[in-house]
Amino acid sequence: MGRTQKQATARAAGRNAGAQDIRFVQGNEACVLGALYAGVGFFAGYPITPSTEIAEHLAEQLPRRGGVFIQMEDEISAMCAVCGASLAGAKAMTATSGPGFSLKQEAIGYACMAEIPCVVVDVQRAGPSTGLPTKVSQGDVNQARWGAHGDHSIVVLTASSIQDVFSITVEAFNIAETYRTPVILLFDEVVGHMREKLVIPPQGDLEVVERLRTEVRAGVNYHPYLPREDGRLPISDFGGVHRYNVTGLFHDIFGFPTEKPEEVTKLVYHLVDKIENRAHLLARHKEYYLEDAEHVIVSYGSSARSAIHLVEGRRRKGDRIGLLELQTLWPFPSQLVREKTARARNVFVVEMNMGQVKSQVKQAAVHPDRVFLVNRMDGMMVTPTDIGKVMRIIEGRGF
Amino acid sequence: MGAVSINPRWCKGCGVCVAFCPKRALSIEHEKAKHDPERCIVCGMCELYCPDLAVSVDLTKKPKKAKKEVA
Amino acid sequence: MAFRKLIRERFFPHIWCPGCGHGIVLNALLHTVNELELDKSSLCMVSGIGCSARISGYVDFHSMHTMHGRALACATGLKLTKPSLNVFVPMGDGDATAIGGNHFIHACRRNIDLTAIIFNNRIYGMTGGQYSPLSGEGILATTAPYRSIDPAFDIVELALGAGATFVARSTAFHVKELGGILKKAIQHKGISVVEVLVQCPTYFGRKNKIGGPVELLEYFRDNTAPLGTKKLDENPALIARGVFRDEARPEYCEEYAKIIARAQG
Repeated sequence: MGRTQKQATARAAGRNAGAQDIRFVQGNEACVLGALYAGVGFFAGYPITPSTEIAEHLAEQLPRRGGVFIQMEDEISAMCAVCGASLAGAKAMTATSGPGFSLKQEAIGYACMAEIPCVVVDVQRAGPSTGLPTKVSQGDVNQARWGAHGDHSIVVLTASSIQDVFSITVEAFNIAETYRTPVILLFDEVVGHMREKLVIPPQGDLEVVERLRTEVRAGVNYHPYLPREDGRLPISDFGGVHRYNVTGLFHDIFGFPTEKPEEVTKLVYHLVDKIENRAHLLARHKEYYLEDAEHVIVSYGSSARSAIHLVEGRRRKGDRIGLLELQTLWPFPSQLVREKTARARNVFVVEMNMGQVKSQVKQAAVHPDRVFLVNRMDGMMVTPTDIGKVMRIIEGRGF
Repeated sequence: MGAVSINPRWCKGCGVCVAFCPKRALSIEHEKAKHDPERCIVCGMCELYCPDLAVSVDLTKKPKKAKKEVA
Repeated sequence: MAFRKLIRERFFPHIWCPGCGHGIVLNALLHTVNELELDKSSLCMVSGIGCSARISGYVDFHSMHTMHGRALACATGLKLTKPSLNVFVPMGDGDATAIGGNHFIHACRRNIDLTAIIFNNRIYGMTGGQYSPLSGEGILATTAPYRSIDPAFDIVELALGAGATFVARSTAFHVKELGGILKKAIQHKGISVVEVLVQCPTYFGRKNKIGGPVELLEYFRDNTAPLGTKKLDENPALIARGVFRDEARPEYCEEYAKIIARAQG
């Protein structure tokens, strides 16, 4: 919450400053503006609906700032190029959707293993396969977490408004650079294509994390994969004084392949713990009317927009109902969800899939049997009416 | 040190250097390459042919006569 | 061994089988890089997966051992971000032309300044001897027990067709010629594709009853001929060696620098 308040204060300060940068933009464009704010220097992508606008805007904006945009031959190579660019020192990102996200998983796993900071945007559309390319969905929640094979951990963020898309994109780069991990920005078609007001804070208002570069001098042994006590790995860019090895194989602290069971175990724990042990630090959320809520809705992305509409309508009628909007989906903020739903009579998870977040909420909740799913996965947005219908059934008020 | 040195730790005894030495100055003994300086003309081919990077040829130690022939 | 400073000695002896041609190419490459006296901090090697890909661990370069077939894609991001780097991309035949075939033709088309070296031993070695897109018809492999019916790519033709600006072929037998070709390839501005026919005695030679490393090298000696020679003209069945194309065309990173100038102008 602290962080959200800080951002609100920053925005208020910006308003007073006079020279405000206010725009009316799409979610995809807000994502681009957030990435530029965070200092993105490289983008590789491949055209795919509904994320293409991100590539289009960056093709225009990146060279203006001396950055590089490249349209690759496919989704796979785009993700690979991002890995190469990041090792050369650039803040790097790619954007995709649906089947493209599936194709990127191989190199996302590589980035997890080799600890390459990067940001991957997935503007979700209905699937599986080609599905409904122009229609909304939130069906990639589990793929974002478990798309790459093998034990690993990953950070997945989302947002429901244009302003939040901007700030969460800055956050995504910050987390990627801090923990040397891929961060997935899991937007959806509605958020990506919807237009809203965006206030761009002056540079410096939002924190921008720069990559931690090693201070080890030339000629002194540099251990590229020896984590510091805080879990961070100071990096040395390719082309610098330290020549080391980067591999997708299990590796030792020098980056060279190892099959020693104790080294393999240590690396798995490091890759998982550096994220899972910081779940509380990585948890971003927003909450509305939760103080006395008997009914708590848990939602995220564009579904949360319908949820807040319903919550505000029912509040006016005197219902004690509130919304917990998740912005961090993985590592799943179990503790937060448990606390915020502990006193609720009913918990409704509103999402556009078959219950991917619902199953996590059930695991986290004090009373899993009081957790209900309100969903749509027909390419149409879940509406306040849809939510209201389910709530009336659960509350025993008929259809 | 002669002109040709063979690192027995790296040599896997594949016999490629033996087969392509123009003067038959190399042989395999106990699964490692062995060099005969008597026959060697220090042409350097064994260094280039060695798949194990185990052969080092010091071309500055080329016999004077051979050097003349090249020139 | 003048190039000692270019290798990571602690990992030798290397993992390749006795008589494997990969070591001969590594040897030639190191001799050439040493001769060219390139700035050591500019040296990068990006490899994929397979026997040949392990080469990146042995050179004391900035090394990136990536995913099967993806070396050129990773190298593209690296090079575009830091065009001053000298980037070498060693690939196996399956790595470059099967799983990485798309990346291969597009890297050729873009003419990005990478030195792509294809170690063509006509077999998947790391996985134990399966046929590759370069094996060709009639070859025996663990996945072709009745002999392969798959025609082979001609890498040189493929690279030329895709627009590569430097295309050459040599073999592990012709070590001096190979060194000369690698030198030209490194010095070339734009994509350089060098196909090197290498022996895999363990799987290709044994499965196909050609013999060990020496017999396979003799096969390269007897079945190839340099471009522009009478021998080649009179024996069309021989495999041509040499530089097939060496031309100047705008290089991708330089062209992108112009985009930046245009966008900022």
